[in-house]
Amino acid sequence: MQMYEEQKSSCPVKVPVECRFSPYTDNGGTTLAIAGDDFCVIAGDTRQSEGYSINSRYAPKVYQLSNGSVLATGGMYADGVTLVKMIEQRLEWYRHAHDKQMSSGALAQMLSTILYHKRMFPYYVWNTLGGLDEDGKGAVYSYDPVGSYEKQKWNCSGSAGHLIQPFLDNQIGFTHQKEKAPLTLERVVQVTKDAFTSATERDIYTGDNLEMFLVTQNGIEKTRVELKKD
Amino acid sequence: MEPATRTQNPVVTGTSVLGIKYKDGIMLAADTLASYGSLARFRDVERLIKVGNTTIIGASGDISDFQYITHLLEKILIKESNTEDGHQLYARHIHEYLGRLMYGRRSKHNPLWNSMVVGGIRDGEGGTFLGFVDLQGTTYEAPTIATGYGAYIAQPILRKAVEGREDTLTEEEAEKVLEDCMRVLFYRDARSINKIQIAKVNASGISISDPRFLDTEWAFAEGIRGYGATD
Repeated sequence: MQMYEEQKSSCPVKVPVECRFSPYTDNGGTTLAIAGDDFCVIAGDTRQSEGYSINSRYAPKVYQLSNGSVLATGGMYADGVTLVKMIEQRLEWYRHAHDKQMSSGALAQMLSTILYHKRMFPYYVWNTLGGLDEDGKGAVYSYDPVGSYEKQKWNCSGSAGHLIQPFLDNQIGFTHQKEKAPLTLERVVQVTKDAFTSATERDIYTGDNLEMFLVTQNGIEKTRVELKKD
Repeated sequence: MEPATRTQNPVVTGTSVLGIKYKDGIMLAADTLASYGSLARFRDVERLIKVGNTTIIGASGDISDFQYITHLLEKILIKESNTEDGHQLYARHIHEYLGRLMYGRRSKHNPLWNSMVVGGIRDGEGGTFLGFVDLQGTTYEAPTIATGYGAYIAQPILRKAVEGREDTLTEEEAEKVLEDCMRVLFYRDARSINKIQIAKVNASGISISDPRFLDTEWAFAEGIRGYGATD
């Protein structure tokens, strides 16, 4: 009897009897956006993960929207897909109502509103919106899941956000640097590739492929670069 | 106010489903066990179904939820054929429907407790499709897919055999790798059984095999205490 009592109390682990349903999951991934004077680069890796498993090596989470902006989503993939469907529907309604495309600034505010309307059951998504503003200048907006947002020159969010953001502060914002190299499209693309190849080495949720959208006055070019698959 | 009675848990469940792309199309595999907790309750439940003439689905998780989903799919298929507009639902469309269905239910905190693999002809343009949907509405496409325990045990074997070889892997090779994976799962997954089915979609249509037994090797056990040896 003594033995039994001791054995019973010596186990610190409480095993949950019921497994409660969680509507959320984190599918990992990293997204990045950089605004130049007359261009914008929006990028994201294409790996979809769940726990220690890789679901897919190509599940894109950066979407080209019908108004010419590009939205990078990270966090819960299913919420991201749903959010993009919502936005596309609202963009279509706007076109029918006003006979023009929604500007990137208006879309930025609308996205915040859409996210905040689900404040009590949020879309578990970290958004980064990139494109050109009405003057043709590069614009980047980044969001938290409940719609708090800010216009920025560069941003990196997601599972390797904390690895890449300080690198961008240094290489795009030139913090602590004397020389400031001009911010050309070629340099931004190179910095983006370097950021992702390096993040892939350290972050298990980033890898497989890098998908980049290069937004200029001439249109949007989509490119893909392979990342390590381990 | 009524107490919330929405969140549920799976009762009678099926274990892993495997799916791969191969040269001529898509192949799925699953065993025929429906467990009641740890009890091997029903030993000949078929978890691979045909949806229309170009799509197959394999489901793990709650069997009654899957039977409900099967019923919904039958309904939309009938509705679609009644329109007689020359269109039909291909694998991509079935996958999209299931994705929205599962996401809608999870958003009501009343999920359908399944993970499903959808395979078949992609759409009217042709091509093949292999996709996944689960109870949270998570969706993806990949050349190899495995649900449940299969994600840990079979997926590495499948990826080694299939990745980069989707267009050259023969039907015989595809069937062998799936059978090998089902055998490994039977050895290691305590909620599995040695009776499996394999479903195929290719140019000649859909075929779902009759349930058949896996060949297993237990000679090693004779010398091991707890299996055969008594000292």
